[in-house]
Amino acid sequence: MPAYDVLIIGAGLAGQRAAIAAAKTGATIAILSKVHPVRSHSVAAAGGINAAISPVDDWRSHAYDTIKGSDFLGDQDAIEIMCREAPAEVMWLEHAGVTFHRNQKGEMDLRAFGGASMKRTAYVADITGQALLHVLYEQLMKYHEVIDRYEEWFVTSLITNEGACVGAVAREIRSGKIETFTAKSVILASGGAGQCFQPTTNALICTGDGIAQAYQIGAPLMDMEMVQYHPTTLAENGFLITEGARGEGAHLLNSEGERFMEKYAPNKMELASRDVVSRAEQTEILEGRGVGPDKQGIYLDITVVPRKRTLEALREIVNIGKDFAGVDITREPIIIQPGMHYMMGGVKTDFNGATEVPGLYAAGEVACVSVHGGNRLGANSLLDTLIFGRRSGEHAAERALAMQMPAASDEQLIHDREMIAEILARLKSGRRISEIKQELGTTMNRYAAVYRDEAGLQSAHEVVRRLKEEAKTVYVDDKGAVFNQDLLGAIELDYMLDCAETIVVAALERKESRGAQFRTDYPERNDAQWLKHIDVSRNGGDVPKISYSEVTITDWQPEARTY
Amino acid sequence: MAEFKLKIRRYDPESGSAPYWDEHTVELEPHRSVLEGILQARNENDGSIGVRCSCRAAICGSCGVRVNGKPGLACHTHLGAALESAGEDGVIEVEPMGNMPIIKDLIVDMDAVHWKKIQRVTPWLIGKQPVPEREYIVSRESMIDVTQSMACIQCGACVSDCLSMEVDPLFVGPAALAKAYRFVGDPRDGAHEQRLKDLSEDKHGIYDCTHCFKCIEACPKGVAPMNQIMRLRRIAGNDFQIKDRNNGERHEAAFVSNIERNGILHEADLLPDSYGGKFHPRAVPELISSLPIVVTALLRRKMTLGKALLHPHTAPDGVKRIFEVVEGREERNEFNLYISGTDAEAEASPEVAAAIEAAEPAGVAPEGTEGSSG
Repeated sequence: MPAYDVLIIGAGLAGQRAAIAAAKTGATIAILSKVHPVRSHSVAAAGGINAAISPVDDWRSHAYDTIKGSDFLGDQDAIEIMCREAPAEVMWLEHAGVTFHRNQKGEMDLRAFGGASMKRTAYVADITGQALLHVLYEQLMKYHEVIDRYEEWFVTSLITNEGACVGAVAREIRSGKIETFTAKSVILASGGAGQCFQPTTNALICTGDGIAQAYQIGAPLMDMEMVQYHPTTLAENGFLITEGARGEGAHLLNSEGERFMEKYAPNKMELASRDVVSRAEQTEILEGRGVGPDKQGIYLDITVVPRKRTLEALREIVNIGKDFAGVDITREPIIIQPGMHYMMGGVKTDFNGATEVPGLYAAGEVACVSVHGGNRLGANSLLDTLIFGRRSGEHAAERALAMQMPAASDEQLIHDREMIAEILARLKSGRRISEIKQELGTTMNRYAAVYRDEAGLQSAHEVVRRLKEEAKTVYVDDKGAVFNQDLLGAIELDYMLDCAETIVVAALERKESRGAQFRTDYPERNDAQWLKHIDVSRNGGDVPKISYSEVTITDWQPEARTY
Repeated sequence: MAEFKLKIRRYDPESGSAPYWDEHTVELEPHRSVLEGILQARNENDGSIGVRCSCRAAICGSCGVRVNGKPGLACHTHLGAALESAGEDGVIEVEPMGNMPIIKDLIVDMDAVHWKKIQRVTPWLIGKQPVPEREYIVSRESMIDVTQSMACIQCGACVSDCLSMEVDPLFVGPAALAKAYRFVGDPRDGAHEQRLKDLSEDKHGIYDCTHCFKCIEACPKGVAPMNQIMRLRRIAGNDFQIKDRNNGERHEAAFVSNIERNGILHEADLLPDSYGGKFHPRAVPELISSLPIVVTALLRRKMTLGKALLHPHTAPDGVKRIFEVVEGREERNEFNLYISGTDAEAEASPEVAAAIEAAEPAGVAPEGTEGSSG
């Protein structure tokens, strides 16, 4: 039975950064991931990473932009930490080998991004996430003697002992072997739950595993109602078109050829925060000014960006346009629409990554610190993963080094083994995983999207409750041990349904419009009643429990939000 | 919507049976990907089809397979295009990648081959000392240049069909050597010479590539691994004067001077020249050990005794001029599409540039456009 000071679950940017930070303390580290680390969804982040590194910039300006972007729901103490530590973190990445784009003087170049008051986004073409992830993996290979990697291991449960998290049960996907991992500290870094929505920019692996695992052992979730719809996803299939395109100057046009953002955000235009732009697009579509065959899209016109610049700095979306929509984006506009992209909410943590369950930490999209509040700014998510990944790693290791190895019994392992046997033994009368997943995704995308209301959310909740029942008898074709992805799909489905329910319940609870949550039945922001976080906790098999926690305000009082 | 027939190569290690073909019919638009086809078959017919996949958008590198015998990403191959390259029966064949052991169905063991080779090239930056307080100041071009190698998503498509690796499984291979270039081309790295020495002296290193172009064809991200290998050779041979004990550098130099002299390859000279000339002491044992090859070449009339002894051809003036021009340049021109752009990327004419300028919105116009990075 493997035992470690720190066990990290998930090997995207947050997990890998946590591992490297924890390793520096001398603690024993294992990092475990259901996919090979470089397949993690951090790889898809395109545009860049924000940091006030320009001599004329100031981290306070970055902090203010982030707070305003969050619609004042972000916790300002955590935001201050993130923005203050950002420049040093970006320099650390540069020294580790990230090939950041340079200006003519050989310094790091910065590009414009949504919701930012100046150019603050460092980038590697439009493959920034990929460049960061692969460079961190280089570091993981460098530190292979002090960081044990468990690649393609799937976590089935977290283990608790007397209220503290003391490890996890995981299955080696390649062999089907199941093991108990004992750990003094566990860091969840397993990403978001975008697959609850169809379509989504998120990868197939983003099934909310960590959020649901933490929820199952009693950790509260926070800001779950805050689901970001990205303004530019390919109408065809939901693929992401980076905000970098608008950062480089691309326009949004409606069916009348009008740059409609003039009406909604006259100052920042296309570079207003994402919730604002997505809502503007959705309004144009609803009012009949959409484009495309079913008038459900908007034109993104990148032809106004000099072609050579597009080919150099937006290479990936040139390829996406060509390969997945048959459009040369340097020559003609491409049809986009708002699409589910990011979960601001997640497992509630403090600014050291600690959750309310002792020994359990969380960082990255799985967590909610909350630095993004009601709406995340573009290029702040990479930063979030790194800053709070590192802090979690350091603090989890520090805690671990001051204690004895806890006892983790095999009780959970036995339970999980039985659960797997039960899934494999199910009768063919059950529904297929893909059917339930599809119904969940379209339901969420219909009722928990850019515009929401009571009736829609209620019906979404009913569907999710029904699907939860149906998921109990879902049928799997694959009965084998080796790479049984069908079985993992059944377990992931349970994770997704837990996440979806908490999203819907929190969205029903928040009777106001703030950030990504726009309630057509409560269209105004209501600071008097709702300037607070909604926490959601598990309540056995019943509908989740709701409680509230305060928003931390340091220097910036809520004000009207215009762009 | 159109119907596509997919034939998937299946293998279940637990069954004790041999691999077999499994046919599925899927209904999708022709511009949907082969991966979507596989997933439709998995979702609707058979959940046990094994395939790694995640992003669906050619970024995560999970779904490397062979489609109709050609390596690539399943998510990056349109069904319509795959049908065109299918056999006469109109069935699209999907198989696991080559050169790597198969675990199950389309899933191969990348750790056993691909990642082991990546580890071989010391795959992390050895930063130049002293490490600056802020970023290293390096040229804009150098970072764009290594971004081409950085664009590698480690999908293994190049490894799958590497001919050299088929013959020599110990060959470090295209993906790992492209990774090596990512450090050798990076001005922040302080170990260029050690890296190049290491990979030149390794019998399975940079000189083990046979220029077959398969990796360039296979790569879905334009990394062009073979080009990176050739650049490693040029930097090792020209800039660091590394003469490896495997005669790789001499063989390459012999090739170049052979063409310069003869215009077309004069094979009979190539081998002795690679060892310093026909009468060089080092060449004698090598030539003796090569006798069987010489005999075969004579028998197959690839070479005649007369041609072996006499130079049949001299380089025309045009070839000589190419050598003069290329070698007369002060800087080596590197073939890198990330810098030079594609053929159509000629600078915009002044009128077009002015029109673009005028079209920029005031206030949000990025200064970072070409030539005026801010």
